Parts: sequence; structure tokens; C-alpha cells
Amino acid sequence: MDGFWLAALKVLIAFALLFNIVLVLVWVERRLVARMQNRIGPNRAGPAGMLQTLADGLKLMFKESIDPRRAQLGIYLAAPVLALIPALLIFLIIPIGAPITIGDTTYDLQVTDLNIAVLYFLAMSSIAVYAIVLAGWSSGSKYPLLGSVRAAAQMISYEAALGLALVPVILYNRTTSLAEIVAAQGGTFFGIFPAWNIVLIPSFIVFLIAGFAETNRAPFDLVEAEQELVGGYHTEYSGFRFALFFLAEYINLFNISALTVVFFLGGWHGPVFGPTFLQYLLPIFWFLLKTAAVIFVFIWARASLPRMRYDQLMEFGWKRLIPLSLVWIMVVMVAVGLRRFGLPWS
Amino acid sequence: MDLSAYLSIALMAMLGTGFAVVALWASKRLAPNNPTPEKLAPYESGIVPLQEPAERFPVKFYLVAMMFVIFDVEIVFLFAWAVAMDDFGWAGIAAVGLFMLLLLETLGYVWKRGALDWNVAQRARYRVVVAPEPPVEEVA
Repeated sequence: MDGFWLAALKVLIAFALLFNIVLVLVWVERRLVARMQNRIGPNRAGPAGMLQTLADGLKLMFKESIDPRRAQLGIYLAAPVLALIPALLIFLIIPIGAPITIGDTTYDLQVTDLNIAVLYFLAMSSIAVYAIVLAGWSSGSKYPLLGSVRAAAQMISYEAALGLALVPVILYNRTTSLAEIVAAQGGTFFGIFPAWNIVLIPSFIVFLIAGFAETNRAPFDLVEAEQELVGGYHTEYSGFRFALFFLAEYINLFNISALTVVFFLGGWHGPVFGPTFLQYLLPIFWFLLKTAAVIFVFIWARASLPRMRYDQLMEFGWKRLIPLSLVWIMVVMVAVGLRRFGLPWS
Repeated sequence: MDLSAYLSIALMAMLGTGFAVVALWASKRLAPNNPTPEKLAPYESGIVPLQEPAERFPVKFYLVAMMFVIFDVEIVFLFAWAVAMDDFGWAGIAAVGLFMLLLLETLGYVWKRGALDWNVAQRARYRVVVAPEPPVEEVA
């Protein structure tokens, strides 16, 4: 039973952590975008407006939830739940720090270390597409339907690119477990440069761009292009039902940033020094710092780049990212082969 | 078969579902509820909705789904090979290289046929070059 209670405790901590992350994340994004647009942003609720997200959540709790006349209620109500679950589940596989040894037990700072974590991540982001499609379809309204069909096409297209971008990482690190991928990035090149997977630069770029499209963030937020589709797939959702979609969106933003760090930026690796407790805290600090940097890039792009046109979006995915990833995989596999097996004819 | 690594996933799925269901229920109880016909109508920016949402969609979306199936299956094969690459040596690299060249060729074919063109004007141009057809009225 010990294993069960440990798992339950980790899940509870992860759940609480995620909600706090979302609270902070939404506030940070609103403040940052406001600064970039020469506004002030939310600054009333709590110190510097930090409690604004909590206030908004409470407000949505007390707002009327409308059941649209044409909606298929069962599916309509299931969709926001279905959007939240994959987002929560992806977080479980992310290692947020170095393993901690207390007494003679070692605890991984990761809820579960799946040996097929990469496949699991791709599977979960595929399931997230269902939530959006079902939400749009069951609303019985034209804008949600258009938004959800767009979303489905966009997300599955960029998912192919996302998956292809990860193949070189697996080739290079010989594993699909995230803990082992992070461990493999521990060394240095020439004793100076950290041996992060960022040496696979094309993969990194493809992954980051596909990440923007997977999370439906600007400049790929065609799914909820206000000028064309009102609110996209969640136009007909009100009250706390909308809040669940919102929650899922921000958890996904954190997940994709954290996974970028895990796959390409060395995970929790960084300079570690000092007494024992610092040696446990510093990896967490480095991990959060790197994740915050990637999240900043996401927010920065949202404030800087105009939304793409739909045909540009689809053509960029299929005609640029996917051929680039395919060719890059071939380059990497020949390079890795030369290094591990020597010349083919020798 | 050891599934203990999946225990926390099941727990989180239950916890998440529980949270969402309770929150939706609580919100329904706490919030006011006075529906009016106008409020329940589909949102159309203030216009009275005249027709059901469109049931016909551009066939392009279907094509995207088909191509996704092709490429996603390919990715799964690549993952399986990539973890075990050391066991197969150059023979494995050659086999996978051939497989990927075939896929690149597929992509090239689909590209040339214009299935990746979302821009209507470009599509019309390909039709003249690659596959001449009787002129079709393009409705944007």
C-alpha cells in the first residue's frame, strides 16, 4: 500500500501545484502583455494584482451557465472536462527536479516515470483534440463548429511535425523516458558547454513552432480568431464551463514549455553547489527558470506577431516543417550511425 | 506486466474528473439561472439565426485527416526503431532511410497534386499545370 499512498500524495501535490501555476501564469501573461502594449494591466486585486486570476475564477463560478437551445447537452458538458484531463495528465510525466534522497529512499521529483513518456505525451495531446471538436460540434452553432474543424486540422497537422521533431532526440538519447532524456543531457561538450539536446537545433525550432500551434497560441490562434469566429470553439460556453477550457489552455502552455526544457534545454541541469538542501533546490530552480524563459517567449510572440492566415498556417506546417523534420531525421540518423558504428563499409 | 507506473495517471484522471464535475455542479447551484429564448439561441453576433450550422465542409479537412494518419503511423514506426537503433546498425539505418524516402516521395506527390494548397488561386493554377479539368466555378 505504500506505493499507492506515495502515488496519491504525488498526484495531490501535482494537482495543487498546477492550479497555483495557472493562477500565477495568467497574471504574468496579462501583466507582461499589458507592458508590451503600453498599458498597466490588472493591478487591483492583491499585491500588484496577483490575485486577479483567483477573483476571475470566483466570478465565473457565480455566473450563469447557459444551456444553448441547439446544444447536444451530454457531449456539450463532457467537452470541457475532456479538455482538462489530458492537460492534467501530461504534467505527470515532467521531471521538475533531481531525485531527492531522504534516509535511504530516493524520491523522483516526477509523478511517474513512464518508459514510453514521449508516446504518452503525443497520445494525450491527440486526445485534447477531441475536446475541441466535440465542444464545437455539440454547441449547435456556426462559429464554434467552424472553429473546431479548423482546430482539428491545425492540431493534427502540427502534431505530425511535433512527433517528427522528437525522433532525433530519441535517436540521440536512446530512450523515450523523460527522466533518462534529462539524465543524458548531464555532461558537457569540451568541458565548457552544457551537453543539452539543443545541438539538434532544427528539431528544437520545429518543436517550438509546433508547440505554438498545439497550444493554439498566437500567432497560430486561428481556433479562436475573434475577428472571424467570435470565440471559436468555446463561443457558446459560459460560466465555469468556460473556466475549465481556460484552465486547460494555460496548463497546456506550461506543459509544452516544460517539455521544451526537458527535451532540448537540459531539464533540471544547471550549476549545483552548496550544502545538501541547496543541491536539491537548485535543480528545481534551474528547471523553473528555464521554463519561465520559454513561457516568456510564448507571451512575447503573442504580443509581437500578427495572426497568420489559415492557408499560410496549413501550408507552413505541411510544406515547411514536415519536410524539414524528415530531412533532418535522415541527417541525424546518418550522423549518429557514423559515430556509433563507424563507416558502413569498414 | 507491471502497471504500477500508471497508477498515478488513473488517480489524476479521477481527481481531475471529480474536480471538474463538482465545480460544474457547484457553479450550477451557486449561479443564477433565468433562461430566456434570446439567451438560449445560438450566438450569431446579434442576428436571429436563420439556418442550421453548415453541414457541408471543404473536402480539404478530410484530406488533412488522411495525411495525418499516414504520417502519424510513420512516426510510431520511427520511435520504435529510434529507441532500439543500436541493435540494428547500418542495416536499420538503410531500411529506415528507404522508408523515409518513400514517405518524402508521397509528400512530394501530394504536394504536386495540390492537396497541400489551401490558397484557392494557387489551386486553380495547379489544375492547369498538373491535372487539367473542365473549369469549375470557385466559390470562396
